Amino acid sequence: MRTTRPGRAAAVLAATVLGLTAAACTAGRSEPGAGGPALGDRQTIQVWHGWSADHEVKGFEQAVDGFRRKHPNITVKVTGNQTDDQITNAIRGGGPPDVVASFTTDNLGQFCSSGAWQDLTPLLGRDGIDLNVFPKAVREYTQYKGKRCAMPLLADAYGLYYNKRLMKGHQPPRTMTELADLAKKLTVRNPDGTIKVAGFMPSVQYYEHTPQHVATQFGVRWLGDDGKAVFARDPAWKAYLKWSKDLLDWYGYDNAKRFMRSMGQEFEASNPFQKEKVAMAVDGEWRTKFIEKEAPGLDYGTAPAPVSDDRAAQYGSGFVLGTIMGVPRGARHSAAAWAFVKYLTTDTQALVTLANALGNVPSTLPALSSPDLKLPAQFGTFLDVFRHPGTTTSPSTPNGGDYLVKLQQFVQEQWEPGKVKDLDKALRDLDAKVDESLRLAGG
Amino acid sequence: MAAVTASTAPAGRAPRLTARSRRRLSVLAFLAPWLVGFAMFFAYPLVATVYFSFTRYDLFTLEYTGLTNYRFLLGDEDAWRAMGNTLWLVAVMVPLRVLFGLGAAQLLVHVKRGGSLLRSVFYLPYLVPPVAATVAFVFVFNPGTGPLHTLTEAVGLPWPDWFNDPSWSKPGLTLLGLWAVGDVMVILLAALLDVPRPLYEAAEIDGAGPWQRFRHITLPTVAPVLAFAAVTGVIQTLQYFTQAMVAGKVAAGQSDQPGTQTAPGYPDGSTLTFPQWLYDEGFRQFNMGYACVLALVLFAVAMLFTMVLLRQFHAFADGEA
Repeated sequence: MRTTRPGRAAAVLAATVLGLTAAACTAGRSEPGAGGPALGDRQTIQVWHGWSADHEVKGFEQAVDGFRRKHPNITVKVTGNQTDDQITNAIRGGGPPDVVASFTTDNLGQFCSSGAWQDLTPLLGRDGIDLNVFPKAVREYTQYKGKRCAMPLLADAYGLYYNKRLMKGHQPPRTMTELADLAKKLTVRNPDGTIKVAGFMPSVQYYEHTPQHVATQFGVRWLGDDGKAVFARDPAWKAYLKWSKDLLDWYGYDNAKRFMRSMGQEFEASNPFQKEKVAMAVDGEWRTKFIEKEAPGLDYGTAPAPVSDDRAAQYGSGFVLGTIMGVPRGARHSAAAWAFVKYLTTDTQALVTLANALGNVPSTLPALSSPDLKLPAQFGTFLDVFRHPGTTTSPSTPNGGDYLVKLQQFVQEQWEPGKVKDLDKALRDLDAKVDESLRLAGG
Repeated sequence: MAAVTASTAPAGRAPRLTARSRRRLSVLAFLAPWLVGFAMFFAYPLVATVYFSFTRYDLFTLEYTGLTNYRFLLGDEDAWRAMGNTLWLVAVMVPLRVLFGLGAAQLLVHVKRGGSLLRSVFYLPYLVPPVAATVAFVFVFNPGTGPLHTLTEAVGLPWPDWFNDPSWSKPGLTLLGLWAVGDVMVILLAALLDVPRPLYEAAEIDGAGPWQRFRHITLPTVAPVLAFAAVTGVIQTLQYFTQAMVAGKVAAGQSDQPGTQTAPGYPDGSTLTFPQWLYDEGFRQFNMGYACVLALVLFAVAMLFTMVLLRQFHAFADGEA
């Protein structure tokens, strides 16, 4: 076939572009644990993590020291303050570090499905690592469709914080009905009816009161066995939504919004729990560290978050999620990288050192019982939540946990302001929207 | 032998270039740096964007999916909401910024004393980093704790919820844009100072009032600069990202902690701009193929606005001429 000059030029350009594009999409493939020097060889590995505060960086280095002593032939170069975007760019560029850690557990589905992080399953089998050292929920959030491409590195567990002074002698609630009743009793209003002290603010707009952390206590499921959203199919969702709306309406939506607007920033000293503006709040274990630093005089206690009345036997369970660590594809020192990941995520002393420094839950069951764990007395609740067999997590998807965002958006924009007339239909629409997005992402 | 010599001799010499070919090569050589830059930084990314828009691409794996991404766009409520917000900002913020910039420049042209101080006052806010300026604005305007609210409350004036109210969040961003109008003001000031004085004097002798002088002398003379300000303003606003994202995050009381997943555009998606949605799809949801579709839509809208605006300004300038 004859082509004109411009036609030939266009064909050459198109071929070049497609060639470059294809190259860009396939850079840096390698097999897990294979390639690069053997474990005993002298080498330097690069480790990237996201912690940035001085005490966090120092704590990480202290935990790594144990590995350095064990493998004197391996030099470990640690770089902190690295985001997922930076990690992804490094992998795509073909020159990734050997070990990476991410705070965004919701991205695990994409890391696994795209092959950006190597599947560690064969290595776990080869080295005979017993996955039962991790609670069930932790095993769950480090795998996607059977591919375990990350190991857990510390965890966040959620529970109920309560202000002892504002509780006026009441015991922490164990069920959601008790929580709502107590919240009403402890709420103090100004003469004009606005909220001065909230007993418990049920809105998803209150920092950690996301559906992930609160609806979990109703025993909700997120995705069905078919991988599709079950917000309309699972009756626990309606129970959660009605419970939160009833309590929110008791405050008055506008009143609650007004209160939340004036309550300060979550990770600053102005946090309303620390400022005694709320009596009870669901929060992560890290809050103990913030209180220690920013509100040392606060007299508070912790307890597992209450559960729905029909799940009283599950009291003590909660929600967990955590930092994940893995070996990116294209890592040049795979053997040493895997040895490092294995050490840091399973060695009790390393985990305890990190947990003490960062104020997070150590992510193996043996580490929970370590006598070296030096954390505030209130921290014990979170260790118990973490080890509870009924504790759950949210599933990974290839689109970064977008179903969580869509649900939160629905509750915040539609449900809480009272715009939903037919909840069943609204939840079916939400399911359809989530499913459509999952399909787009190949989930 | 002679025949061999005769046939090989011309082949050993370089073919002679005609003057026209030499000229073309020279032009090409001079153009080469630009051509290379154009091919690398515009043509290749554009062609690649079109190509990716027909694929499911998560930054690592790629699968051809035909028109799936384009079909998804039709039902993507968030994308249309983001487009609506962006067009609102284009329709309101751009004209207001140009008008405000022109007003400030006019003031500075006519001010007798303290002109340089006023120039600095108008221009300095533009130099404040957008993130810092937005954080400060949200805090100052906060209906619960902001100083402006305290002030208006003291004198009994109403105070909207600004960045916490879906109806007031975009006007809040517009005010922020007007505060940092220094970029528009400075080019319009230069244009106004360039208008020939004799034209005003002649018009004044002919009995033209201030409005007539402004309408028939100032405006046509600065029209090309106004067109430039409008076109660049539209393009900038179509790419509006930082201020909207920071305002939403700060007003929501959420520091952008690594690992957190939140919907952009607080409150109620009212500050969700099209580039934010594009970023969210590409880098949070890993739908880079679909993000490419959004990028192409943005490109097409920007082209359309530019063409229409330039045509309108040309028509205006020609009419006045």
